[in-house]
Parts: sequence; C-alpha cells; structure tokens
Amino acid sequence: MSGGASPGGTIGGAADGTFGGAAREAVRLEDVHKSFGKLEVLKGIDLAVAEHEVICLIGASGSGKSTLLRCVNLLEPVDSGRIVVEGEEITARGVDVNVIRRQIGIVFQAFNLFPHMTVLRNVTLSPREVLGTDRATAEAQAVELLERFGLADKRDEYPDRLSGGQQQRVAIVRALAMKPQIMLLDEVTSALDPELVAEVLNVIKELAASGMTMIIATHEMGFAKDIAGRICFLDAGRILEEGPPDQIFSDPQNPRTREFLQRIIEAGRM
Amino acid sequence: MSSIGPPGAPLPPTGTGDIGGSRASRIMAWGRETEGVRSVFVAMLSTVVFLAVVIVVVVNSSGWPLVKQAFFNGKIFAQSFPGIRTAFRVNVEMFLIAEVFILVFALFLAVLRSLTGPVFFPLRALAIVYTDLFRGVPTILVIFILGFGAPSLAIKGVPNSPFFWGIVSLVLVYSAYVAEVYRAGIESVHTSQVAAARSLGLSRWQSLRFVVLPQAVRRVIPPLLNDFIGLQKDTALVASIGVVESFRQAQIDSAATFNFTPYLCTALLFIIITIPLARFTDWLIARDRQRRQAGAA
Repeated sequence: MSGGASPGGTIGGAADGTFGGAAREAVRLEDVHKSFGKLEVLKGIDLAVAEHEVICLIGASGSGKSTLLRCVNLLEPVDSGRIVVEGEEITARGVDVNVIRRQIGIVFQAFNLFPHMTVLRNVTLSPREVLGTDRATAEAQAVELLERFGLADKRDEYPDRLSGGQQQRVAIVRALAMKPQIMLLDEVTSALDPELVAEVLNVIKELAASGMTMIIATHEMGFAKDIAGRICFLDAGRILEEGPPDQIFSDPQNPRTREFLQRIIEAGRM
Repeated sequence: MSSIGPPGAPLPPTGTGDIGGSRASRIMAWGRETEGVRSVFVAMLSTVVFLAVVIVVVVNSSGWPLVKQAFFNGKIFAQSFPGIRTAFRVNVEMFLIAEVFILVFALFLAVLRSLTGPVFFPLRALAIVYTDLFRGVPTILVIFILGFGAPSLAIKGVPNSPFFWGIVSLVLVYSAYVAEVYRAGIESVHTSQVAAARSLGLSRWQSLRFVVLPQAVRRVIPPLLNDFIGLQKDTALVASIGVVESFRQAQIDSAATFNFTPYLCTALLFIIITIPLARFTDWLIARDRQRRQAGAA
C-alpha cells in the first residue's frame, strides 16, 4: 500500500479546494477557528480532502489534531469558518447534526465502547435506532463486519473482557456499521500496548485499501508514511506544512516540521 | 533466590535454602489459615461475652422488673401481634405503591435537571426548585399539609382518603431525594460515552436512553435501596393524619393495655423487613467494588 494508489498522491497541496476535476471532494475546511475559553486551539485551518484520500495529521500533543477531527464531526462547534462535507456545509445554521454524523464515523483513542452492551449490541445499536434497520438485518450486517475484522467469536462478549486491540477493532466496526463515507481516526493506537498496535493498524490499512476516505491523527510515523496520501503537520493550531509522505519525512521544508521529526527520531518512534 | 549471590560468598547451599524457603512458606500459609479461623472465633467469643455482660447488668438493675413488665410483656405481645401484623400490611402497601411512583417521577426530575442548553432553563430551574423545596421541608409537615389541606380542595375525581394523600406526600418528598441520587449517577457517566453515542448519529434523547441512563441506574442501585429503606420506615409518619397502620395500631393497643410492648412489636416488624434489605444493599455495594477492582486490574 503506497500513497500513489490513492488519488491523494496526485493532488498533494490542494489546500485551496481545487482538484483539477479528477476526484470529488469529500471534506473541505475553510479558515476554521476554535477556542476553548481563552485558549485558541485551531487558528485558521484550511484543508481539502478528496474522496478515497487518506490524510494523516501529525504534530505534537496539543497541536490541535483531535480538536480538528472533533470539529469535522461537529462534536465541537466551530467558532468561525466553514466545513463542507460531501458538498453540504455542515457548519451552516439549521443543519441536522444527527444526519451529518451518520456519514462520518469517528474512532477515539479511548475506544469509548458502551460497557453495558455486548459487542453485537454495540455494533447494532446505531443502525437499529438511527437508521431503523430491523434487528435481523442489522445483526447480519454486524456479524459480517465482525468476521471481516476477525472478531466473529467475540460477538456476545462485553467490552471489559476484550483486549485493548480487540476493543479498538470493535470500535472501528461500530463506526463502519453506519456505512460512513468518511472515517476520522483520533490516535486510535495511543492507548494500546505496543504488541496490540499492529492488529489495529492492519485493520486501518485494509480500510484504506478498500477506498475509505480517512483523516487520521496519529503518532505512528511509520504507519503514516505507509498509508497516507498526504501528511499534514500541525503546530499550535495551524497546518504548517503538507505534502506527500516522501517529501515530508525526507525533505521537510518548515524548520518546525524538521524539529518535530527530529524529536520523533530521537525518541525512537520512527 | 540465593543463587544470585556472588560466587564463593559464604552462603548456605542453595538446595537447603530452597527447602527451607518452601517449608517456611507452607508454615506461613497454614498460619494465615488458622489466623482466619481464630479471628472468627475471637469475634464470636467477644460478642457473646459483651452481650452476656449487658444482659446481666440490665436484668440485675433495680428497675428491670418494671421495665420488663412495661416493654417485654410476653402476654401482651402475643395479644397485640396479630392486629399489628395486619395493620403492617398498610405500611407495606404504602411503601410499595409509593416506591413505584418515586422511581419513575424522580427519574423524570433527574432527566429534566440534566438537560443542557439555554432553552431548557425553565425546566431545569423547576426541577431545582422542586428538589430544594421538598428536601428542605420535614416529611411530617408535608404529610400534615397535604393530608389535612388537600382534601378540603375537594377536587373532583381525586380521593380524599388520608391513605391516598399519605402516599402522595411520601412520593413528593422521596422523589426529591431519589432524583438527586439519579443525577449523581447520570453525572458519573463519562462525557466520552455521550460523544461516542452522538458521533454514531444517536440523538440527545437516544444517547440518554440507550447509553447514559442504563449505566447511571446500574451504578446507583445501592443508594436507591438505601432510600427505599428510609421510605419503609417513614410510612409510620402517615399515622399522624389518621391512617391506621402498624404504628397507630400499636398506639391504640398500648393505650388499651397501659403497656409499651405493642411498640416493640411494631419495631420488630419493621426490622424484619429492613435488615435483610440493608444486608442485600451491602452485598451489592461489595460486589460492585469487587467488579470494579477486577476491571481495573
């Protein structure tokens, strides 16, 4: 799997939202600002993501990666700027957030599975209650997804009984059960023991190969290099540099990017 | 073990060390076991001795024959018990009916109070005023005010019986407490659970219903049972507006016999109900703690 396989590889640096008519646009952020109290976390983010593109957000903790993802899913309301998903402005007044969120799956660092429900119920809850899918159909679809990700035998377990890697894979399946067009992954391996990271990353690689549009916040640089069509380096609420992985990792232009990657290398994370 | 010592150091041969170690650990395990048995034995013995001393002191006190006559009169106990037991059914009816309404109404109040957004301010404020009011007024006052006041309103279709208004009073007062218990439970569910639910497209209400409330209610079952025990005892307060329940029946018997034994009879009936429930609550709390510790490990 290399960046060249996805359209993202061909449109690097298309932050102005033009794609040369090749690929349709999935997500566009225009000058997005977000503050928590006096702390401005996002200071004007512009980003365009094409369909089937995989984008990795890298940067230090607190640089705004998670907040950016949460804004795209409207879990955090933006202060100013526009976010357009599949041609619809989701930051406009009067949009039905519940409908928007159906198209966008998000997976969190801490899994956030529902502890009082079995794996199967976790996965079928939303299709049944939100989409109104009948139980038999929802369960059949869920089982199919669980099988695809090697979790079929866990369907009747409660989340506490699963390993971190299994829990995170269930969380991914749960998001996929809504048949989203875009997946947002928020440091999904950061809470895992090192030996469990690979199983989750493999699932994400499979998703990328199947053509899922994804925005991924990650600290796994090797993984980002492998999977991303484009890398965005965030620093203090701004995208300081973006480009194809080869360029960002081997020839970063911005001194802050160089400094960040240097620290990552020193920490033995790459 | 000792094999990590520096070569040539004057240590006992490792073989002996090992045998000694395992024997020591066996002795320690045996010691722990007998210690457990011994502590149970000591606890029992000290309880028996303590009770014996108390009984001897009380029974040998100069006033004991009189007290025995007034409070522990076997004949009067046997006479009044059937009547009080029948009257106790009224208490049971009251707390069972009240508890059902309390659990529902209090949950409604707690949900109102946990609504976010400026639109819901009036509802939130209403819930806060309600809980402040009914937690602040003594239960017996609410029973008096409603029991004697409400029937004079003569609202059509609403019963006038003190039994009815007694239950209404208990529901109003206890709902305020139980709503707070529910609210604590709701607030104990981490916001990331709501974020996960909302991100899956569930509405605010659906998130509450499927994700937050089931977890919240499970966590507060022990304190809910605790309030239920309080409710059972407080049904005796309804006697004050003329409902003949076990306490009032005991009063009647007591007045007829010039003896306090009937009160003891009532107390016994309450204890028979409340103590098992209290132990059950303790058991639930202990089980919950064990589970959480097992989950954390």
